[in-house]
Amino acid sequence: MDMWEIPFLICFPLVVSVLMFCIRINKIRNAVAYVSAVIIMLMTGVLTVHWGMNGFAPAEFYVETELVDHFILGAEILLMLVVTFLSFKYNRPWVSLLSIVPTAVIAWLELEGPELDAISHIKVDHLSILMCIIIGIIGSLIVIYAVGYMHGYQHYHTEIPDRRYYFFMILFIFLGAMFGFVLSDSLLWIDLFWETTSVCSFLLIGYTQQEEAIHNSFRALWMNLLGGCALCVGIVYFALDQGTASLSVLVEQGTGQAPASVQVAIALIAFAALTKAAQLPFSKWLLGAMVAPTPSSALLHSATMVKAGIYVLFRLAPAMSGNMTGTMISFIGGFTFLSASIMAIAQSDGKKVLAMSTISNLGLMVACAGVGRPETIWAGCFLMIFHAVSKSLLFQDIGATENSLHSRDVEEMHGLLYRLPVLALFMFIGICGMFLAPFGMLISKWAALKASVDENNIILVFFICFGSATTSFYWTKWLGKLIAHTNRPPVRDITKKNEMISLSIHAVLMLALCILFPFLSSVYVEPLLMEMFSESNQVISNNVLYILIILICFFFAVPFLAYIYEKNVKTNKKLSYMNGINTGKNDAFMGSMGAEKELVLANLYFKDICGQRKLMNPSIAITTAVIIIMMCMIIASALGGGMI
Amino acid sequence: MNIKRSPWLLHYDGSSCNGCDIEVLASLTPVYDAERLGVENTGDPMQADILLITGGINTQNAPVVKQLYDQMPRPKVVVAVGICACTGGVFKETYNILGGADKVIPVDIYVPGCAARPQSIIDGIIQARELFQQRSDEHDALMRSQKGAANV
Amino acid sequence: MNQLIPMMCYLLLAPLCGAIMEGFDRKISARMQRRVGPPILQPIYDVIKLWKKQVIVVEKSQNFLLLSYLLLTVMTGCMFFAGTDLLMVLFVLSTSAVFLYFSAVISGSPMSTMGALRELVQDMAYEPAVLLAAVGFYLTTGTFDVHGIMNSDVSAIVKMPGFFIAFVFVLTIKMRKSPFDSAQSHHPHQELVKGITTEMGAKNLAFFQITEWYEIILMLGVEALFIVNKNPWSWLAAVIVILLTYFLEILIDNTSARMKWQDMLKLSWIVTLLAGGVNLMALMLIR
Repeated sequence: MDMWEIPFLICFPLVVSVLMFCIRINKIRNAVAYVSAVIIMLMTGVLTVHWGMNGFAPAEFYVETELVDHFILGAEILLMLVVTFLSFKYNRPWVSLLSIVPTAVIAWLELEGPELDAISHIKVDHLSILMCIIIGIIGSLIVIYAVGYMHGYQHYHTEIPDRRYYFFMILFIFLGAMFGFVLSDSLLWIDLFWETTSVCSFLLIGYTQQEEAIHNSFRALWMNLLGGCALCVGIVYFALDQGTASLSVLVEQGTGQAPASVQVAIALIAFAALTKAAQLPFSKWLLGAMVAPTPSSALLHSATMVKAGIYVLFRLAPAMSGNMTGTMISFIGGFTFLSASIMAIAQSDGKKVLAMSTISNLGLMVACAGVGRPETIWAGCFLMIFHAVSKSLLFQDIGATENSLHSRDVEEMHGLLYRLPVLALFMFIGICGMFLAPFGMLISKWAALKASVDENNIILVFFICFGSATTSFYWTKWLGKLIAHTNRPPVRDITKKNEMISLSIHAVLMLALCILFPFLSSVYVEPLLMEMFSESNQVISNNVLYILIILICFFFAVPFLAYIYEKNVKTNKKLSYMNGINTGKNDAFMGSMGAEKELVLANLYFKDICGQRKLMNPSIAITTAVIIIMMCMIIASALGGGMI
Repeated sequence: MNIKRSPWLLHYDGSSCNGCDIEVLASLTPVYDAERLGVENTGDPMQADILLITGGINTQNAPVVKQLYDQMPRPKVVVAVGICACTGGVFKETYNILGGADKVIPVDIYVPGCAARPQSIIDGIIQARELFQQRSDEHDALMRSQKGAANV
Repeated sequence: MNQLIPMMCYLLLAPLCGAIMEGFDRKISARMQRRVGPPILQPIYDVIKLWKKQVIVVEKSQNFLLLSYLLLTVMTGCMFFAGTDLLMVLFVLSTSAVFLYFSAVISGSPMSTMGALRELVQDMAYEPAVLLAAVGFYLTTGTFDVHGIMNSDVSAIVKMPGFFIAFVFVLTIKMRKSPFDSAQSHHPHQELVKGITTEMGAKNLAFFQITEWYEIILMLGVEALFIVNKNPWSWLAAVIVILLTYFLEILIDNTSARMKWQDMLKLSWIVTLLAGGVNLMALMLIR
């Protein structure tokens, strides 16, 4: 069996990126970008169907890849050169060390190291196809959105040099690297794609080349490269000791009585995944990434970058179940879930709320992976799917809203449903997808809570109970802002057609996922778990499943029917109560000096209790300490020969 | 339907000397306990059935009284408590007083006195709730007859 | 059938029970203040009157949001009394609370918006304790199913007194009793006019009131789960415990002043962490 789609999906975006760089006429480049995005989307579909026609069985390819291996090594060195050049150019030479050292180590392993076992370099299974679908669909939609958005962006931000050719080049390299990342089984290949995504995100964040952007991009770079170092060390140690560099072998050996090198490698790779998934103490790079144009934030937050970390942790999950690495990962994840959601309460900048909530949701997924039971991975998969779609929708929507409203402050969105109806509706759907009941997030939380109780993970139970309370707080108050009554005039919606297309597809996807997810669970996610843990385990019993389906119907039907019923009830309008001094339009009152005062309603933010300034540093300190201590314990106990 | 068992009050203080207000509150608190009649003192016109006004109407609070009255859903009853709310009382001739509450809204029950005694205030409330019931019944009858007319 | 009967009972009797309990509440409160107090059926008279009044609103959409709030809460209660998954019931309940929030903020009125925000803080304050209680049930009886919990050999409270304390503590918030009634500023104590219900009048307020009754009965049902076991006599014990806590809540309501929401949040989380947390750890250790 051969799947030509796989090399196509990895190489095609790279070819397109070269085209993007070469074509300097906007119209032609945009057309090429559209066509390529659609082709990528279609090819993802073709890959899925092709794989499905072969019976949804895991498949392995490409055992003999000598030529490609050399190419991979070359690319790795090229990346190192790029990083070194840029870090010297921007006067931060020490960053280059984080790239030179691991590259040298990997190069040594490949050229001088012992002969490694022949392995298949590409592996296709349920998890990687799931990731491909997310990357293919969401990623391509973001590209389509970016074409329209960047046009407006360059139009309004004249101080930023127009380097769209460069921007789109990086976007496509990013997509290609992500496909390569999730489809590879060879750790050496994974390492290259890992470093590629790190460097791409660095370049995207620094796109505007302003002081703040450069500062933030280097922060993202060193944090991710630090993870890359850990990944490299883990890979090399594992390869030297076991004579192979296959991810699946690593996970296989990690379950049960694992040799020391495997334990250490898993701990190091899991640590690397924490940096990529922007968990505390490494969350700051994702917050700093907000300076980049919106499409790149959408890409980093929803479909690609951060999901790479989650993907690796899911892969490693069977090997982390019940050991110390798992405990560390689930603690860090749970802690991040709670503290990021508390910090999100204090944010009024829409994009920052989204960033915080991304970190917090990723924390929950990381915690799920750390527990490493089928139930939690089930929850984690749904969290990932719902999060990818709704975050991408929200980021694109807030970008479009900012273009029309000239602000992305949540306070400015008072009554947005009457002022910018379409965008506000999309925002509403996206936010509901993040926490309300008929959508999958809530049911995933339910499953995660249940599984962590089963696993006796007390601290995670606390994190989930408190975290879900704070999460609903900041989302609900945002939703309330959108629907609140206002008299302010409507805003002209200047959203481009292609942005609208992307947004509508996302919204439809969101609703479809909500309705279809019980079926998705039995058709796709349960086989995924079967494959991963090779034990049959129905996560949600049929009983609960039926209740769920009934619930979903109810949740859509009740407000709808209530609306139909109430539409015909005769009501009379009256003024809102302002102690009798409402001036007649509900938006102002008569002050004591006889002058009209405008009514301004603001949400609660508790900035002095849960502001980022107050909580960020302590959280970083706690998590850093936990990681250092736990890593030392893991390595010591593995090398000391004891099993904990 | 019997609705007089639940008359909820909105108490508004116009330009009173606070004598009547103290008496109004006295009639709602333990000693006279108007709550045994189902009375609740809400602060919200939206939920109120009976508007209790104390003190005269001056130029500044006239629109306020009007607005509060408009915010109350029908059927509703207005009770003017104390002589100032009834006619303007001793302040009637001052430059800023327009007169009693009936200068801006239709008053149904007048409770005289300076200050009005709790007994008479509660008596006013009892009369008001009868009127409240009566208005509701009249409205029902009107609705029925309209429906009957439509059917014919 | 086993599921249908309690469900129907809840559907039909819960508002009645809730109303009568509130009637007793008002009567007992009055006696504590040395007053005569309204008749026991006063809450029912109130709702009948509200139903008869002219419907006037600030924003028409409020009607359907409140109706949805009512229906979703009733649905959640039915799920509970039909004996389904407790954790699911609690999660769904938090969604119906969102509809209440919407119906209050949609008017754009200052008092009701402030009340609604306080309501959100209250939700945040009580949710962890309630979820932890569900976890406690799972640890003691091995299931989240309400039927399973009811049919255990010993009452759950034996192993989870800490959760019980935390639950009763947040029940004060749920029942909108002073010192934790900052969102609505209940009947005799006004602060934010009527808080979250300021812009609800006539039929809408009646919806709200009926939903409250359904919700109280649901919460008291959860409380009963702590006591009920296989032995039919445990039902009697459950009723007694419920009545005692109800009396306790009335006593607290009449003897304490309203707290600021910051203090409420802090206090309820601390109690949850201490009482629930110690209990949870103990349960996980002896498991």
